[in-house]
Amino acid sequence: MNSAPRSDDSQAIKESDSSMGYLGADYTIKSWLLTTDHKRIGLLYMISITVFFLLGGAAASLLRLELMTPRGDVFGSPDDYNRSFTIHGVFMVFFFLIPGVPAVLGNFLVPLMIGARDLAFPRLNLMSWYIYMIGGLFTLYALVAGGVDTGWTFYTPYSTMFSNTQVIAAALGIFIVGFSSILTALNFIVTIHTMRAPGMTWLRLPLFIWANYATSLIIVLGTPVLAITIILVAVERLFKVGIFDPAYGGDPLLFQHLFWFYSHPAVYIMILPSFGVISEIVTAFARKKIFGYTFMAGALLAIAVLGFLVWGHHMFVSSQSMYAGMIFSVLSFLVAVPSGIKVFNWTATLYKGSVSFKTPMLYALGFIGLFTIGGLTGLVLSTMATDVHVHDTYFVVAHFHYIMVGGMVMAYLGGLHFWWPKITGRMYSEFWGALSALTVFIGFNLTFFPQFLLGYIGMPRRYYEYPEEYQVLNVMSTAGASVLAVGYMMPLLYLLISLKVGKIAGPNPWAASGLEWETASPPPTHNFLDTKIVTSGPYDYELQEYADSHRAVQEQGIV
Amino acid sequence: MSSASATAHDNTYGQDDTYLYHHFEDLQQQHESSSLGMWAFLSTEVLFFGGVLGAFAVVQTLYEPAMKAASEHLDPILGAYNTAVLLVSSLAMALAVRAAQLRQQRNTVLFLVATIVLGSAFLGVKAYEWIHDYHEALIPGINFDLERYPGRQILFWSFYFTLTGIHALHMIIGIVIIAIMAVLVQRRWFTGGGATQIEMLGLYWHFVDIVWVFLYPILYLINQ
Repeated sequence: MNSAPRSDDSQAIKESDSSMGYLGADYTIKSWLLTTDHKRIGLLYMISITVFFLLGGAAASLLRLELMTPRGDVFGSPDDYNRSFTIHGVFMVFFFLIPGVPAVLGNFLVPLMIGARDLAFPRLNLMSWYIYMIGGLFTLYALVAGGVDTGWTFYTPYSTMFSNTQVIAAALGIFIVGFSSILTALNFIVTIHTMRAPGMTWLRLPLFIWANYATSLIIVLGTPVLAITIILVAVERLFKVGIFDPAYGGDPLLFQHLFWFYSHPAVYIMILPSFGVISEIVTAFARKKIFGYTFMAGALLAIAVLGFLVWGHHMFVSSQSMYAGMIFSVLSFLVAVPSGIKVFNWTATLYKGSVSFKTPMLYALGFIGLFTIGGLTGLVLSTMATDVHVHDTYFVVAHFHYIMVGGMVMAYLGGLHFWWPKITGRMYSEFWGALSALTVFIGFNLTFFPQFLLGYIGMPRRYYEYPEEYQVLNVMSTAGASVLAVGYMMPLLYLLISLKVGKIAGPNPWAASGLEWETASPPPTHNFLDTKIVTSGPYDYELQEYADSHRAVQEQGIV
Repeated sequence: MSSASATAHDNTYGQDDTYLYHHFEDLQQQHESSSLGMWAFLSTEVLFFGGVLGAFAVVQTLYEPAMKAASEHLDPILGAYNTAVLLVSSLAMALAVRAAQLRQQRNTVLFLVATIVLGSAFLGVKAYEWIHDYHEALIPGINFDLERYPGRQILFWSFYFTLTGIHALHMIIGIVIIAIMAVLVQRRWFTGGGATQIEMLGLYWHFVDIVWVFLYPILYLINQ
């Protein structure tokens, strides 16, 4: 093997500051915008998804302010409210939740964890970020040029025939951003197949890799269906053809089928990588091997497969056949099996572990609790009879926020805190970290638990006025949202401050196992100075502890 | 695939290590990655066409009489001719891949140009059909005569133009890339002779041809 820089090697960067790793390779703006280093691209994504998260969050704040009082007062008209929740949904779903963990943490960690120097296609990786930004700009344009009022679901025939807003621009933005996830997923699949270090067999892969692999499969197989569906919507708007238009014999329900064929698996695109993050954190802070590794990996793949077969549970109250509904209902229940395996195995990993409550672990424990609530209420919704009662109410809103915000955002923040020392080489303030985790947890529950109750007693979603008897719970929810906002702002500040004043982290501040902890923090441009050879499975914490004590005995002569 | 036998340091995919990117261990790993990447991309393409074909299958089943009436305005002979043209273009592409692997630079360019010519011939016939449809007032949204073609016939044409449109777009993208590749091979731009790149391009081109092999019977034949 010969890893010396070659003459045709565009990556042959002379490291100007070895203590800064990839961050110190070059300080020019150009070196960031034209980088093909997966770690730098991960950071580019991190900055951009944070911007979209803040935009989507600002829209959510307006919604919650409006819902403080039963009468409409913040927005001039119901239309503005509709635009606001559409923008909230579109930004959060397509520009934050879906790329969140894979494009930021996955980009940074997948090559590191499997002992590779980069992803298989570094230039495609960079291109995916540019495509993401172009898609984002299109959507921002739609926002500035009048907004969209269809909701993030773009249901026909409203989106194709009646809405007078910027549907095509927003749809185009989502179409484009879809390709950025396809490129990332394609890169992950190929990288995980072909670029594992010697000895890194499939059953020695960290679960974070399995999670990103399963996610990539969903992205590669699901996203193109959304792409063609969006094209059909755009074509229908432009040329007034009748694929979804009943006036010409078309079928609006066809749109719902095509849309949810992607958009239900998209939920698993958001949550599966989070499962990976949680598995890494729980093992590292319980100092134990994951309970049931093969079942954990198998559960990820099972969810990916089952996820493609359950889209009809979004359509129980549409004109979908009752028998189809029954099958979708049963299949949706089946998803609970691998999800249950995950939750039980995390808790079984904690059992008799040496648990320490560092910031990442606090986020991870929060995730496990909130995800469980979100998952169990999902069963209420996949039961046909109860779904009819709570369909399109705040119960649904609360349910999917428990999965997406309580699940994905908690895991993303947990992962960010876990790998922040690796990414930047600095430690953040543990006090502020723990405080933010608690604030987010309390704020989140205060925001969304009342919404379960609201939905159950009948408050429908997507209305900007409501009867007075719903006000108490709505005020609680808005109060929770402001706590949540404070919780989200804290990491933004203390993580940035840690860049200047944080303690130097060293290669492995958590004494965690995994190849990414065996290289410097921040890692050098080529990730590893030598070729890693893997001789055992992941999470060998007990073995590691045993070896450490053994070495102490040998070195210090203590018997 | 002939590439399976390629070992790390033979000459099929590059001259020694000069063609190896820094992050790969050896040329075989690099070639496997390209190949797997292309297949993964093609699987997204299958689902891309699959979505609209699935929608068409629903409409075709529910409204068969209207679909039958509409598809009678298509000419199966022209479609058959186009299918033949496209299959021969696939042959030319396959020969170009072989020539690139054997480092026969002149033949590579020749076969790539042949692929472009055949692909363009397909698009020419397609354009002729579309212009004919325009004069017959069969294009929804641009020129469609609801009185001449009543009922749900417009649905057939919506799908026909969406399907053949995105297929033609794939063809055009393919032709542009083939043209760029032909120029690059001619100018000896690839240190490895371009064998990997042309093989991947070949996979894409064959895929686009196979899409047509499905579209032709679905649109032209099943309703005859």
